[in-house]
Amino acid sequence: MSSDNQQPFVTDSSAVVTETRDARLAGQDDRFNSRLREAFGSSPFILTKFDKFMNWVRGSSMFMLQFGIACCSIEMMHTYAVKHDLDRFGAGVPRASPRQADVIIVPGTIVSKFAPRMKRVYDQMPEPKFVIGMGSCTISGGPFQEGYNVVKGAEEVIPVDIHIPGCPPRPEALVYGVAKLQERIANGESAPVVVKPYELEQFGDLERDEIVDQLAQEIDTEDLVMRYNWADSP
Amino acid sequence: MSVELPDTTGVVEQSPEEIADLLGDLAIGRDDHLNAPGFVIKPDTVVETLRRLRDDAGFDHLSCVTAQEYEDRYESIYHLTKYADRTQEVSIVVPADKEQPVSQSANEVFRTADWHEREAYDLVGIEYDEHPDHRRILLPETWQGHPLGLDYDQDQPQVVPLREHANPLLEDQEAEGDSETMFLNIGPHHPATHGVLHIKTVLDGEQVVDLEPDIGYLHRCEEQMCQNGTYRYQIMPYPDRWDYISAGLLNEWAYARVAEDMADIEVPEYAQVIRTMGAELCRMAAHFLALGTFALDIYGDFTALFMYSIRDRERVQNILEDLTGQRLMFNYFRLGGVVWDLPEPREEFFEKTRDFLDELPTALEEYHDMMTSNEILQLRTVDTGVLPPEVAKSYGATGPVARGSGIDYDLRRDDPYGYYENLDWDVVTEDGCDNFSRLLVRMREVEQSARIVEQCVDLLEDWPEDERTIQSNVPRTIKPDDDTEIYRAVEGAKGELGIYMRADGTDKPARFKIRSPCFSNLQTLPEMSNGEYVPDAIASLGSLDIVLGEVDR
Repeated sequence: MSSDNQQPFVTDSSAVVTETRDARLAGQDDRFNSRLREAFGSSPFILTKFDKFMNWVRGSSMFMLQFGIACCSIEMMHTYAVKHDLDRFGAGVPRASPRQADVIIVPGTIVSKFAPRMKRVYDQMPEPKFVIGMGSCTISGGPFQEGYNVVKGAEEVIPVDIHIPGCPPRPEALVYGVAKLQERIANGESAPVVVKPYELEQFGDLERDEIVDQLAQEIDTEDLVMRYNWADSP
Repeated sequence: MSVELPDTTGVVEQSPEEIADLLGDLAIGRDDHLNAPGFVIKPDTVVETLRRLRDDAGFDHLSCVTAQEYEDRYESIYHLTKYADRTQEVSIVVPADKEQPVSQSANEVFRTADWHEREAYDLVGIEYDEHPDHRRILLPETWQGHPLGLDYDQDQPQVVPLREHANPLLEDQEAEGDSETMFLNIGPHHPATHGVLHIKTVLDGEQVVDLEPDIGYLHRCEEQMCQNGTYRYQIMPYPDRWDYISAGLLNEWAYARVAEDMADIEVPEYAQVIRTMGAELCRMAAHFLALGTFALDIYGDFTALFMYSIRDRERVQNILEDLTGQRLMFNYFRLGGVVWDLPEPREEFFEKTRDFLDELPTALEEYHDMMTSNEILQLRTVDTGVLPPEVAKSYGATGPVARGSGIDYDLRRDDPYGYYENLDWDVVTEDGCDNFSRLLVRMREVEQSARIVEQCVDLLEDWPEDERTIQSNVPRTIKPDDDTEIYRAVEGAKGELGIYMRADGTDKPARFKIRSPCFSNLQTLPEMSNGEYVPDAIASLGSLDIVLGEVDR
């Protein structure tokens, strides 16, 4: 820095409007008891209010994951596109990457090979995240419930905030479900606690039994696996 | 008024006796199916038999491979037919030992046998000798047991790993020490795969060295579901969910046709016209989505074209909803007809359909303005993803994919069903063999479908009121005779959609096998993409227009 410029920085104070400052200095308007504060309520804990504000923001601007599985994804595309236009409700920006998404709509049947991948996609989404189960398959397996390869509902793998029944649900139903979810988020209601029987775990941590012994040659102990106990499924 | 028949000069028609003479000692018995003569051969003479039938008798289309387990044996059935004349069919039945089910692979003669036999191994458990790539295809590789076998225990636990995929070329490369390759996973969650397809891709720079579609992420046991359902009512809802891109009625027709032929059920003419109209509306809706998502793949975002195609689909879906009561999963066909007549007031329905057809030329013009005459799209699609007709035939490609390679093959004309014979329309073919041709075929097929729908509307409008029979008299329970076997196909939105059924004297099928056109069409992807650029591979995948519900079933 140059040493020539010794003089401190001076402003022409007469040119500055000092009304607010003067008022504050004079104690006429208590900044910590403003009208804004009155509007918010008299609680001194601003954090609570900030949460409420954030909930409202979250509910009003949701980024959906662009995630298609089966038949329901066709109706989901119709919901995003013209006529039904989910964007009207502040929820219509499909993101291709899970890292940019808040909400995942699970639109279809989940089978054994796909469930670990879906779990991985869900894990990659940043918190807070919400899940919409679209269609009967995500409730119970739907028409394919008795299949040897079909996971009996999305809740076996990831927690679901809201279920939309139908096979497939109409776009109007999906819009209604999304609106309901927004309402719940805005009210700060959290997802119900559910049982997730199927988790990703290391193969070495599995309980040893006949099937694990058979596969010991094929799978490394450090590989992530999902174990399906079909007999215990509903 | 009739459709122009294909040129069948040079196609020799063989009687079953002539085929028997041709096969000579190779045939060790007869096992005729309702649709075709069947010849039993030894499991180690598959290649010889199929090659003789292909080269000397012109059976150049291996439509389907069905595997099944009996109480005393395993059996693979090769359903052969001709691209030049679909009405000629022959079934080759290959029994295999119950204890050690081994059979020769047909991969050497028909490349399409590769995946079909892998599926047979996966679900039924027959092993194929000399198969180049013998592993599971639909179920995870660590799966225990073969679920469509007779003694499969559905309650046993299964373990499915989530592994990182290794670069299959890495070892070669380390040995030679030359250029570096990169392994790229496309999918199973990726916007360009149209669902849950996983493509293992090895790249050298921007070029594809090796590409392998990995399917089975939507294998929801459709065949098992159908085998658990009764013929009369319980199976019909499932076909809607195979090709779920609004092609429901086309799929339902596949089941309706095979079951009606098996149980010898007549369909009233009036119902046939309604079926034809509904099916063609479905084809239009399916092709609109194919156009929209293809544009999505090429241009890369939710562009205007996607919105246009959804707009037109909404129109079609409104008409179909008036007709069937559902937007997507229609469940409208019944054995022997359709479930109900056109909605009242009929004039309103006809007017609505005509309005849609009247506006269609303008809409198609928009598509042509924005797609086919767009320079960017042309650069991306012309001369990329080339599929020569011989390769397409060897892989059993059908539908717009085959017709885009200049193969004049359409079941609506070549193996007539419904009311198509009496209507005036053309089979669309293009000779370019590239992505652009396949796109053009779909766009021109929409026009042809519109012609068919228009004629059907005219017919229905003038149909005398007392002759509007929508269903023939069909018994409540259908029990075809024991050991009746039949394979029948229709022209679905993606190609030849076939079903094989075997009856065992009960009211449920003993074996229900679906021949999905997408399954065969997807097999051609490595042929089209190896050596090309990655974006061209994506364009090729888009132009195949697969739907994973039908690939995996």
